[in-house]
Amino acid sequence: MKPTDLSTPQHFHKVVDCQWACPAHTPVPEYIRLIAAGRYGDAYMINWKSNVFPGILGRTCDRPCEPACRRGRVEKEPVAICRLKRVAADYKDDIRERLPKPVAKKNGKRVVCIGGGPASLTVARDLAPLGYDVVVLDQDPQAGGMMRTQIPKFRLPDSVLDEECGYVLDLGVRFVGGRRVDSMKALLAEGWDAIFVGCGAPRGRDLDIPGRKEAAKNIHIGIDWLSSVSFGHTTKIGKRVVVLGGGNTAMDCCRSSLRLGSEDVQVVVRSGFEEMKASPWEKEDAMHEGIPIHNYLVPKEFTHENGKLTGVVFEKVQAWRDDKGKRHLLPSGEPDRHFPCDDVLIAVGQENAFPWIERDIGIEFDQWGMPKVDAQTMRSTHPKIFFGGDAAFGPKNIIWAVAHGHEAAVSIDKFCNGEDIAERPAPAVEIVSQKMGIHEWSYDNDIAPDKRYRVPLRDKVVALRDIRAEVELGYDEALAFREAQRCLNCDAQTVFTSLLCIECDACVDICPMDCITFTQDGEEAELRTRLTAPARNLAQDLYVANGLKTGRMMVKDEDVCLHCGLCAERCPTGAWDMQKTFIEMTYAGSACRSKA
Amino acid sequence: MTYIVKPTFHHPGLPKNALGYTHRDYEGSVSTLCAGCGHDSISAAIIQACFELNIEPHRVAKLSGIGCSSKTPTYFLGNSHGFNSVHGRMPSVLTGANLANCDLIYLGVSGDGDSASIGLGQFAHVVRRGVNMTYIVENNGVYGLTKGQFSATADRGSKSKRGAINSDSPIDLVSMALQLGATFVGRSFSGDKKQLVPLIKAALEHEGAAFLDVISPCIAFNNHPGSTKSFDYVREHNEAVNRLDFITGRAPIHVDYEPGTVEIVEQHDGTTIALRKLDAEYDVHDRRAAMNFLMERQAAGEVVTGLLYLETDGEDLHAHLGTVDKPLNALGERELCPGSAALEQFNARLR
Repeated sequence: MKPTDLSTPQHFHKVVDCQWACPAHTPVPEYIRLIAAGRYGDAYMINWKSNVFPGILGRTCDRPCEPACRRGRVEKEPVAICRLKRVAADYKDDIRERLPKPVAKKNGKRVVCIGGGPASLTVARDLAPLGYDVVVLDQDPQAGGMMRTQIPKFRLPDSVLDEECGYVLDLGVRFVGGRRVDSMKALLAEGWDAIFVGCGAPRGRDLDIPGRKEAAKNIHIGIDWLSSVSFGHTTKIGKRVVVLGGGNTAMDCCRSSLRLGSEDVQVVVRSGFEEMKASPWEKEDAMHEGIPIHNYLVPKEFTHENGKLTGVVFEKVQAWRDDKGKRHLLPSGEPDRHFPCDDVLIAVGQENAFPWIERDIGIEFDQWGMPKVDAQTMRSTHPKIFFGGDAAFGPKNIIWAVAHGHEAAVSIDKFCNGEDIAERPAPAVEIVSQKMGIHEWSYDNDIAPDKRYRVPLRDKVVALRDIRAEVELGYDEALAFREAQRCLNCDAQTVFTSLLCIECDACVDICPMDCITFTQDGEEAELRTRLTAPARNLAQDLYVANGLKTGRMMVKDEDVCLHCGLCAERCPTGAWDMQKTFIEMTYAGSACRSKA
Repeated sequence: MTYIVKPTFHHPGLPKNALGYTHRDYEGSVSTLCAGCGHDSISAAIIQACFELNIEPHRVAKLSGIGCSSKTPTYFLGNSHGFNSVHGRMPSVLTGANLANCDLIYLGVSGDGDSASIGLGQFAHVVRRGVNMTYIVENNGVYGLTKGQFSATADRGSKSKRGAINSDSPIDLVSMALQLGATFVGRSFSGDKKQLVPLIKAALEHEGAAFLDVISPCIAFNNHPGSTKSFDYVREHNEAVNRLDFITGRAPIHVDYEPGTVEIVEQHDGTTIALRKLDAEYDVHDRRAAMNFLMERQAAGEVVTGLLYLETDGEDLHAHLGTVDKPLNALGERELCPGSAALEQFNARLR
């Protein structure tokens, strides 16, 4: 097997599972340590730089970091990374002094962002401090996009949204609310240096089954209804509500209904409970509020009487897999079921819609009506027009929108400076030994055995009375400290120097996870089977080093390493050292350009 | 020394033995020896051997004297019996314990100072009495606790860390054990667990006095050029006469090696071991030849390792004394004071 190449940050970046999994590559362990140290402001700033909306994401993120968290492979549950982010936002001091100031001297370049959601605001955040004149256009009066219109207030209060959107707009970004863009051609004619499209996936999918037209008055499209609730136009709903769909929007719809006076809310999904698109914690939150979820029911017909909806008829189906493993839903033969109700909310998906982009201006679309966008540069086939967020590749989530925004900002900055945008900047990497004394490290290497702490919730009766009352109360400082201590500090890397090793086996013997083996070289697949403990998780790399006196290889399975530093403590020659990697993406600005 | 407690988390794919334990269940507390000490590797090998042999921890008694090596029983088998005795006196405590309760597995752990200097007499007698035990000497050739003076096993001509040359003759405990009648004698190296673990397993299974000399480099005071107990020196001069490939309980053995390269040894308790010969001439059953071989190789500067001598039908101290099968400490008043009629009978035999 080839020795691990440490000349690029790839190996060590992958070891920090959370950061690797995060689309924006937020340096998670670094800010968790700062939270444990009570340095909330510093923790917030690391987040702000990387993901722009720490307070918002700390409440609403889809948290791809958590399923990736190493703690989840060592014991049952990962570190509550998302909710710790919220702690940084909740307990920080006033950080406004630390934010960039609006620049006095502009660089003369004008950029317009269509849509005021997370992708556009990220582009604006990255470009405005560089002197760009950034204008954000949105159909709604306030910035925030779907974060404001689709996420219910009991999950994300306006105060948090206003604060964090405000930080971006205060950088000298001009926000024009209430302006709908009807023609890309017209916008192009305004002479912008670059146009960023971050208008989301604004169209909710409809359900064309019998009775849809006749009972239309009581059948609502989920995201439109949520938006209407959010702006206060809709304040009540029928006593009995059926929500169709199994995604996060459906969860928001059912929980909102419960708060607007519905007494009987049912969620009905086509597929099985396990296959629902909603995040497990969002399903849990809905069920905690007493909302039943029925599965394997396909809507067949809306029943109505005198133009008024009376219910929905469902066909009971069962899952069946064909030879190729593809799943089909087949009729189960059971009698149809009728769910009587007063209102139906349809939350069966969202679609992109670009009726306002003329097809003859140089933007190519694919067969599904989606613009052709380069996944790395975020540029369309038009040199000046960039896409990001849900508008680029269909509905994803906030953190992906932020990641797209950063990439688009880099592209725009390079483009406006006459550079090749296909050349992407490497991340900045710092690697520093954590050794303080013979057995002392500048991070807390002791492993806390604690199980994941639950986030305290507002009393259910109180929470259900007010649609604006935030359900999650967030960790208090004491709980936050204990949860933060569960982090394994995966960025404190085990770095091995063959030249110093005397092959005494001390590291092999002390390693609590049996990660380390000194053995003869071999092919990776075979090598994985004969390590001290078998390395069965193929998603995790082996760290391999040669150059030992006996000709053997040092092989370390990174999979379940606790980063406790015991290998380095028991190493008599310092061949093992704990070194902290700080990997930070390169954002728009001189660092991303080759001719800086 | 490490200040944190070794985390209790363990690898999710860790194998379990027949008792349902992982090797982590055979650990003790975290070692307080110097980082990299060979003794810690021997502790790890003992842990591995007991795990593989499915030994119930409460059936082991670990006894030691004084010194770095004698501290190690704290660092393995945390759920076994232990006795940390006076300097060099582990053998008599072990003998006493063994006499009182023959049901336990006795593991004596000692060092070159503890066994070859202050305890040399005790060492000699426990071996010649044939006490059923495994006696491991963790041999580093120096007094580590007092900062590295030569011990009695240091080779003549070897150099200390501060440059002094040893002028005294070394005591070779392996030769002594052979001469004194040990029925199982082996030598190994802390840096070679593949050799060491099977040797410890075989020694633990052996009924009789099993002696293992394990060279264990002292990282702090005896791992420099000029030392004959350093990692580099032992690796360069290691001359293994055989490899213990596997040890079975009482199950029949199947091997498919070329004839002549493997010897299957059945011991009188029914256990079998497979011995892969590295030196075709070497006969593991010939005590005198073994002694000659050792002397020769030693003169050539080689460190002979492997299973050096095995007597399959040896007897232990209890057999010599004709004690009853039941452990003496389990005998009740009825057995110990059988009454005046029995006394009369006994006295009659002496008249």
